[in-house]
Amino acid sequence: MLTDVEKRVILALQRDLEVVPQPFQALAERAGVSEEEALAAIRSLKEKGYIRRFGATLRHQLSGFEANALVVWIIPPAELSRVGKKLAGHRAVTHCYARPPAPGWPYNLYSMVHGKSPEEIRALAAEMSKDIGIADYDILFSEAELKKTTMRYFS
Amino acid sequence: MDSSKTKPKTGNRKPKTALDRLDRAILNEIQSHFPIESRPYEEVGRRVGASEAEVIRRVQTMYETGVIRRIGANFTSRKLGYASTLCAAEVAPEKLQLFVEVVNRYPGVTHNYLRRHRYNVWFTLIAESEERVREILTEISQATGIEVLSLPAQEIFKIKVDFPV
Repeated sequence: MLTDVEKRVILALQRDLEVVPQPFQALAERAGVSEEEALAAIRSLKEKGYIRRFGATLRHQLSGFEANALVVWIIPPAELSRVGKKLAGHRAVTHCYARPPAPGWPYNLYSMVHGKSPEEIRALAAEMSKDIGIADYDILFSEAELKKTTMRYFS
Repeated sequence: MDSSKTKPKTGNRKPKTALDRLDRAILNEIQSHFPIESRPYEEVGRRVGASEAEVIRRVQTMYETGVIRRIGANFTSRKLGYASTLCAAEVAPEKLQLFVEVVNRYPGVTHNYLRRHRYNVWFTLIAESEERVREILTEISQATGIEVLSLPAQEIFKIKVDFPV
């Protein structure tokens, strides 16, 4: 269960942290709590898993990871968990999810692969395919970012 | 392990904004180990060997040049009671603009990518309930005449958004 302070802090965290010497002080003011309470609430929300991650998010196009692709796989259901964990272990894989297939869409495992170039991503996918022993996959290169934003909860 | 020291230099792949060693050290700290304390940039400075003022100046510059998209919290939407799904659609070129306009209007559409595939538009949707997710997808289909595949996660093996720089 969330405490009242935690709820207020979640709302205040819908905005980005300011780049000032005491950013949590500014956030605490917005939440109507003390800086100490805000810091304790953020630590506790992290510990309880409400906050998955706290920190800076980069534009990876600018940080040298220019290419990204969604690599989708067809995995026998009984092997899904084992293969998913194995793919997740690859460094170039940033996201790895199992999703049920849909009509006309047989893929059930999804991995987001980042690399310096499409060639590198193709090579990485081939390497992963060999590693997990699955040849049924497709690579969906991203051509354009149409939207990227942060979810505003409780708003 | 610090991979930045062993990685070969890729001179032709430099980001548009040149980052020096101190910038990179700061980025790695504030991505993965952002200090949850009163003076976080002072602590970052201690770790990378720079003053608090210097760290703040660097972070501000990287914000302005767009290297840093944002600093803050990423929530586990499911724990907050929200439902989410990944959506795919096969959109003909002449309908693309309309489709993207309709889809992007929803605040719960947080990521949307054009991909090189028959299913060429891929977006994520977060909403306050499963029912609201279904409603939005119906609205999109009705407004555009395009069917949307909904592919909700069944199991999450990895979410990692930090990049060694």
